Amino acid sequence: MTTTQTFPLKQETDIVVVRQQVRKAAEQARLGLVSQTKIVTAASEIARNALIYGGGGECRIEQQMRDGRTAVCLIISDQGPGIEDLDKAMVDGYTSGNGLGLGLSGARRLVDDFVIRSEPGNGTVVELWKWR
Amino acid sequence: MSSPILASLLQQHEPEVLANWVAAQRAAGIRADLIDEQTVQANSQELLRGFAAALAQGSDSLEAPQWKPVKMLLDRLSQVQSRQGFSPSETATFVFSLKEPLFTLLQKHAENPLEHIWTTTQLIDKLGLYSMESYMTGRETVIREQQESMLELSTPVVELWRGVLAIPLIGSLDSNRTQIVMEALLQKIVETESDIAIIDITGVPTVDTMVAQHLLKTVTAAKLMGAKCIISGIRPQIAATIVHLGVELGDVVTKSSLADAFRLALRELDVRLVANTNTIR
Repeated sequence: MTTTQTFPLKQETDIVVVRQQVRKAAEQARLGLVSQTKIVTAASEIARNALIYGGGGECRIEQQMRDGRTAVCLIISDQGPGIEDLDKAMVDGYTSGNGLGLGLSGARRLVDDFVIRSEPGNGTVVELWKWR
Repeated sequence: MSSPILASLLQQHEPEVLANWVAAQRAAGIRADLIDEQTVQANSQELLRGFAAALAQGSDSLEAPQWKPVKMLLDRLSQVQSRQGFSPSETATFVFSLKEPLFTLLQKHAENPLEHIWTTTQLIDKLGLYSMESYMTGRETVIREQQESMLELSTPVVELWRGVLAIPLIGSLDSNRTQIVMEALLQKIVETESDIAIIDITGVPTVDTMVAQHLLKTVTAAKLMGAKCIISGIRPQIAATIVHLGVELGDVVTKSSLADAFRLALRELDVRLVANTNTIR
């Protein structure tokens, strides 16, 4: 029962669409209300990063099985400048823009599994997992 | 290039072509509920004349200045149609249905019809695509207008008590909206000389770092103006999420419901509500 949907992230209103779709996927995966809100919030953070710092990208929403449990997997990617120092970027309060600097680190705490791949010049891919 | 031949043919046979074109549109189906036949007739005639006039000046490129009147006419018609609720294909059919009468005309009167038909079909295709683009522009304008009117609708600042304002936020908060919310709130604080503002986020489905940051900025700005802010309507799942995000709300006063926040506000203003002893016995 894997279903995959891809949504573009080109403007701020796309983030709203992604949030709604993630919420729908989380409901279908029968995640609890708190888990739903957490994955939606994490998606919002990472999607905004992809838009603001990555200059736009896309979000793939997948329904998966993980260790026998239904899970929602989000893969958010951009082709932006990438992140030079990942360790530094994951520190609370560090921002290269003018946000709170909690987006990446906060999103990692909100989900069950968090994978980030980024190379300077090659964009960024973030994988977010939340399961029942 | 077919332009001069087609142009002169059109001048000679205008009534016939026009009648055929309107007939073709009728065959394709005219939306009688949205447009009457006279208007169709008038629009068709206007476009046909413009088309013939542009052709007579001899250019197949829509970028050429002689096509400007035709493009402006198509802009106007398509945008009106998109507002009136015509479907994209209905709008496109208007232009594309001109092919048949033109081809018939060329077949009958031109010496080498096939060649002219080819250039004509290319030209009509371009005009059809152009009218589609105008139609989409019309749609986008409508959407943008709706977004703007929603922004204004969705940020009411209400006075709950003398000196107590409330702003119930509903829906997702993006930068544009929070900007408007903040301005509306600060403006109202000045107007009503309020001491306390309650920002209710019961209707906000997601509070991420950006929303939190905007809220904190609004609270700080209100504080600079001498008003105290209370954030209410924080649901359990939102509270859990904010904690994991690591957002520090600092010394911002928060309450779980608007009623709680209102009670607190009244206490701060030293107002006590007393039940009327005459009615309660």
